[in-house]
Amino acid sequence: MKVLVTVKRVIDYNVKVRVLADHSDVDLKNVKMAMNPFCEIAVEQAIRLKEAGVASEVIVASVGPSAAQEQLRTALAMGADRAILVETDEKLESLTVAKTLAKICESEQPGLVLMGKQSIDTDNNQTGQMLAALIGAAQGTFISEMRVSAEEVEVTREVDGGLQTLALRLPAVLTADLRLNEPRYAKLPDIMKAKKKPLEIKTPADLGVEVKANTRVLKVVPPAERQAGIKVSSVAELVDKLKNEAKVI
Amino acid sequence: MATLLICEHDNQSLKAATYAAVTAALALGAEVDLLVAGEGCAAVATQAAQIAGVRKVYLAEAAAYAQGLAENLTPLVLDLATDYSHLLAPATTQGKNLMPRVAALLDVGQVSEIVAIESPTQFVRPVYAGNALASVESLDPVKVITVRTTAFDAAPASGGNAEVASLTQVHDAGISRFVKEERAQSDRPELTAARVVLAGGRGMGNKEHFALLEALADKLGAAIGATRAAVDAGFVANDTQIGQTGKIIAPELYIGVGISGAIQHVAGIKDSKVIVAINKDEDAPIFQVADYGLVADLNEALPELAKAL
Repeated sequence: MKVLVTVKRVIDYNVKVRVLADHSDVDLKNVKMAMNPFCEIAVEQAIRLKEAGVASEVIVASVGPSAAQEQLRTALAMGADRAILVETDEKLESLTVAKTLAKICESEQPGLVLMGKQSIDTDNNQTGQMLAALIGAAQGTFISEMRVSAEEVEVTREVDGGLQTLALRLPAVLTADLRLNEPRYAKLPDIMKAKKKPLEIKTPADLGVEVKANTRVLKVVPPAERQAGIKVSSVAELVDKLKNEAKVI
Repeated sequence: MATLLICEHDNQSLKAATYAAVTAALALGAEVDLLVAGEGCAAVATQAAQIAGVRKVYLAEAAAYAQGLAENLTPLVLDLATDYSHLLAPATTQGKNLMPRVAALLDVGQVSEIVAIESPTQFVRPVYAGNALASVESLDPVKVITVRTTAFDAAPASGGNAEVASLTQVHDAGISRFVKEERAQSDRPELTAARVVLAGGRGMGNKEHFALLEALADKLGAAIGATRAAVDAGFVANDTQIGQTGKIIAPELYIGVGISGAIQHVAGIKDSKVIVAINKDEDAPIFQVADYGLVADLNEALPELAKAL
C-alpha cells in the first residue's frame, strides 16, 4: 500500500510573530521557517508504517513556494521515498490545496493519506477533511493512535472530553494530533542520501487545478495586550483580592 | 437568506457550545434554524426549540448519526444547505471535523474559529496561535463558519418556541463505523464552559501534585486543565490540554500553577476575565499576563489556598 503524506512550510514554532505596521499581514521576512510540527508527526507515522511493512512506499507532497523543497528534503531524510512539490508563489487556501492533493491522489492512488491536523500559521484545521470529502474517502481527524488491517484502519481520535475510536474503510485520510508519535531527527548520512532521492516539481496548472480565492484578508492586527497586574505577597492577600477586588469567588 | 447551525449535543442534552454559537448565528442578522442530528435525541430538539430567537429546528434521528460521523452527517447537511446563506457550527472537535467536509462538497472555503462578526460577510479570526487577528471577507456564495464559542455569550435557553420538523431521509455512507468511546469520568464542569479553571504545568512536578489541584477544584467547582508539557509528562489526560492546539478557554477565573507561560498556552487563556499565576519562579512569563501573581511553592500555597476558601 502506498502512503501519501503532506507537509507545509510554515514559520518556525519558536519564532515570536509580529504584525506588520501596515496591518497587511504578519512579518515573514527573514524569519526562520520549518516543517509544520503536525506534518512532522504525520511524516514520522508514514515512515513507521513502512518500517512495519504496512506501507510499500511513502510519497511526501507539499503545495507551496520553491523553498518548500527544504521541508520535502527533511521528510526524505527522515525516510520518505520520493517527493512531489506543487510549486506556487501564491498563498493557496485550504480548498485549493485540497483540490491539488486530490489530483495527486488520483494519479498515485494511495491507500492512506496522512496529514497534520492543522498548520500553526493559519490555524485553519480544514485541509484533511476537505481532501477526504473531495476523494470520497473516510476521515480520521485528530488521531493519537492507528492500526491498519486488511481493508480498514482503526483510529483513536482525541475529541472533547475523551477518546473516540472509529474503523474507517481504506483508502482513508488521517490527520495527526500531537501524541500520535514523537518524530525522529534525521541523521547526517540520511540527510546526504535524501539529496539524491527523487523530487518532482509540478504546478497547479499541470494538475489542472484552478487557483481560486475563497476569502480576502482585509487586515491583520495584533491582539489586545493583557497588562501585567500585581504581585501579591501571600495566599491570604490573594484570597482577599479575589473576593473583594475581582469579586470572582 | 438564513443561517443553519449544526447543534452540538450528546443525544441527551445540548452542549454549552451550542448556546454560544446561536448568539453568533443571530448576530448575522438573518433567521436562524438549527439541526439536531443524532439517535434518540428528540428531547434535545425540544430543548433547542426553546432557545430565544430560533425559527425552526430540524431533527434527524438515525443510528447512522448517533456518534456524529462526518461521512454520514455531511450529506444530511448538504440536503438542507440549499436554503441557507450561512452554515455554522461551534468550533468543537465535532464542528471542526464536520464543517470542512461540508464546505469542500459545496465548493466553498471555510472561515474557522471566528471570534467576532463585522458584517454577514466579514469575520475576525485568530491566526498564528492568537498572536494576530485577521479580518477576513468571505467571497463564497455560502459561508461555512466555525465559531470560537468562548468569544460569544450564551443565548438564553428559554423564551423561544420554534417549530420542530423531523427529517426522515437517512444517509449512511458505509465507509466509517463507531467502535468505542472513552469519556473522562468526572463530576467537574467541562473545561471550555467552566466558570473557574485550575491549570497545572510542568512545574507541578508529578501526577500526585495534581491531587492538590483537584482538592482545590472541588472547593471552587472548577475544571482542571493543563499545559502541553504537563500532558506530555503524563501528569493528566490529553483532553485537559489548554492552548493553541488544545482547548481555548475564557473562564471568569483562571488559576495557573507551576506554569511558565509559553505563548501557545497563553493563546488559550488570554480571554479569561481574571488570571492568577502561582509559580515559584518570579521571572516566569505568565506573570506578564496575570492580574494577580503569587511567587510561592505550590506545596505550601495550594493547601493553604484550599483551607482559606
